[in-house]
Amino acid sequence: MARSWAELLGEPGAAPVPEEEGGGRFFSRLRDSLGKSRRALTGELAAATSFDPGDDADWERLEEALIAGDVGVRATAELVRRLEARGELGDLNAALAEEVTGLFGEAPVLDVAHAPAVILVVGVNGTGKTTTIGKLSARLAERGHSVVVAAADTYRAAAEEQLETWAQRAGADFVGSERGGDPAAVAYDAVEAAIARGRGVVVVDTAGRLHTQTNLMAELAKVRRVLAGRLDGAPHETLLVVDATMGQNGVQQARLFGEAVGVTGVVLTKLDGSAKGGVAIPIAYELGLPVKLVGVGEGLEDLQPFDPRDYARALVGG
Amino acid sequence: MFDALSDKLQGALGDLRGRGVLDDEAISRAMREVRLALLEADVNFGVVKDFVAQVRERARGEAVRKSLTPGQEVVKIVHEELTELLGSSDSRLAFSQRPPTTILLAGLQGSGKTTAAGKLALLLEKEGRKPALVAADLQRPAAIDQLIQLGGQAGVPVYAGERADPVKAVRDGIERAKADGRDVVILDTAGRLHVDEPLMEELAAVRREAKPTNVLLVLDAMTGQEAVNVAQAFQERIDFDGVVLTKLDGDARGGAALSVRAVTGKPVKLASLGEKLDALDWFHPDRMASRILGMGDVLTLIERAEAAIADDEKEQLEKRMLKGEFSFDDFLSSYKMLRRMGPLQGILKMIPGLGNQLEGLDQVDEGQLKRVEAIVLSMTPHERRVPHVIDASRRKRIAAGSGATVEQVNQLIEARKQMAKMMKMVGSGKMPQLPGMAAGAPTMGGGPRPSATRKASSKRKKKQAKR
Repeated sequence: MARSWAELLGEPGAAPVPEEEGGGRFFSRLRDSLGKSRRALTGELAAATSFDPGDDADWERLEEALIAGDVGVRATAELVRRLEARGELGDLNAALAEEVTGLFGEAPVLDVAHAPAVILVVGVNGTGKTTTIGKLSARLAERGHSVVVAAADTYRAAAEEQLETWAQRAGADFVGSERGGDPAAVAYDAVEAAIARGRGVVVVDTAGRLHTQTNLMAELAKVRRVLAGRLDGAPHETLLVVDATMGQNGVQQARLFGEAVGVTGVVLTKLDGSAKGGVAIPIAYELGLPVKLVGVGEGLEDLQPFDPRDYARALVGG
Repeated sequence: MFDALSDKLQGALGDLRGRGVLDDEAISRAMREVRLALLEADVNFGVVKDFVAQVRERARGEAVRKSLTPGQEVVKIVHEELTELLGSSDSRLAFSQRPPTTILLAGLQGSGKTTAAGKLALLLEKEGRKPALVAADLQRPAAIDQLIQLGGQAGVPVYAGERADPVKAVRDGIERAKADGRDVVILDTAGRLHVDEPLMEELAAVRREAKPTNVLLVLDAMTGQEAVNVAQAFQERIDFDGVVLTKLDGDARGGAALSVRAVTGKPVKLASLGEKLDALDWFHPDRMASRILGMGDVLTLIERAEAAIADDEKEQLEKRMLKGEFSFDDFLSSYKMLRRMGPLQGILKMIPGLGNQLEGLDQVDEGQLKRVEAIVLSMTPHERRVPHVIDASRRKRIAAGSGATVEQVNQLIEARKQMAKMMKMVGSGKMPQLPGMAAGAPTMGGGPRPSATRKASSKRKKKQAKR
């Protein structure tokens, strides 16, 4: 079973994807993607069944395996603490998967129940924001939402062309501007257009920026303010796109983007490499930010709702 | 860049610095902290293990026990090991005897290859070469457009042809560059996952076709533990010569940089420190190690100053300063020189002993600096030359003219007075003590350091290469 789009979008009567309809397929896909990490984790542990809770060296190996998965020092310490507190471990993999799932908390919802709902997408350079927006727009369109895509990345050379290509594929309206224009103005225009045309969801792409660039972060805060000024409650979702290859810097990104624009959820991309995306765990644990979507490939169908249990199982190899 | 790692390491070693005697426990405690600092900086855990073991062993050795300042000795060991880890070898690229020199850029999606290609073209062009860019990224929508725009900004030709076949695109691109008399060809390939077999094979085919003089792996400085796997996979397939580290201008702790060299033996050659097209520079491992340990980076500072300040301008100012003449005109021109060297905060961090004292000073107020400029520009030429004529009513006028308060004008006038006094002291051979120098300086002083000779030689090399 995997989390379905209907569940993620909070549709009434939503149910998980049954195994036979691709839920299992996506899970196995995720597990294949995380295959390397599975080997790394269980490999390091030299067959989890032989894990001896009384042996310090075994605990150290577990720690190293988690750190090698980019889980980070603090979240690793917390996971180890929780496992130790269990006393009797039984199957280490199952126990670890449970604790990882626990750190993620409840599976979240992507709030699109507004007319129109505004989704602001932010992140550092090169994490896959534009690609994510293309896929997300297509999935939303499939679920019966009419979508407006706003190219508020007015900085990167050729960013707009890339987004327009995606918007066409997704059958979404496209609102652009000249290069070097004001991103807040583009965002405003997109909301105007959505209201005028009665569209359901506005997805706003923004230029990649490092979270330490104060001016650019201030620019992003302005985009948010302008959206809120045009439409009460907007943006209803602010998604931070985090690359699975990212290390502990991802936590800092989530923290600073959160302070600047109030992030409501994380999209974990590029899980199809050998990277484990373990940084999602400290982001959830230290900042309480839920992962809402996960990307495991280039294809449209490769963006999926994040299922904490599936992810934890795939990560640990349970 | 590397700030957080730098802070942590300095914290870990700070306790050792002042100690006269080192016991095992103190060393162990410091090593635990060092280990934690490196792990949090995303240094590969295997590399961390080896690094800590190596430092620990040396810290228990003869040299430390016999030293009068064992704490300093350990700091020195960490510095040396860190430099070793970052790679002490030359960061220069190879240039072919028979042009064109070819440079192949490869890496994961989103690592910044295309931007790095544009930046590298500009850097080489500034060094007097004639680069050209070839688009071999036929995967990502709009990648070619992006490269064409970057080429336009850098004033460098971009060859983009056959959309379907990267091998052909590369072959044609090199041919056209040759025909146009370009002496360096930079090949921008599509981003790919190192586990994507068909795409890695395609890259290997491009490499076979291009027979590049240099193969560079472009790596995002924010990459985590995965960096090592990525680097190893690319090394197996395309055997790269060095690394371009991108996005180092954030607060990424650069663990990837520390790990990749250790695992693959390939040095970081270039580092990108900003979004602007001119923000790519050659990587100097020894300087970087100094900066990580908060020991400043005087060489880069001097180079920046040299690049920013015209010789005659400098001489003139020096002469006047030594005579103790320091009018507002001088104030303004020295201020303008400083501005040309880049963001003030970056400059301050390169000053030895100052780096770790800038805490809480995270954002040097650049706006305030602009106000200073506005105040000086609101003075008449006469007032600038002969500052003592500025009386109360003139102060009021200057304040009104510059949008500042009279108090701010007063402060500036006072600051100039102090500076002129200081200049006079320098001129007469009495060195004024800068605040903070005494506290941070011991790591720099205290006898000759082995790395001093290395620094000098790397500078020579750079000069040679620039010709």
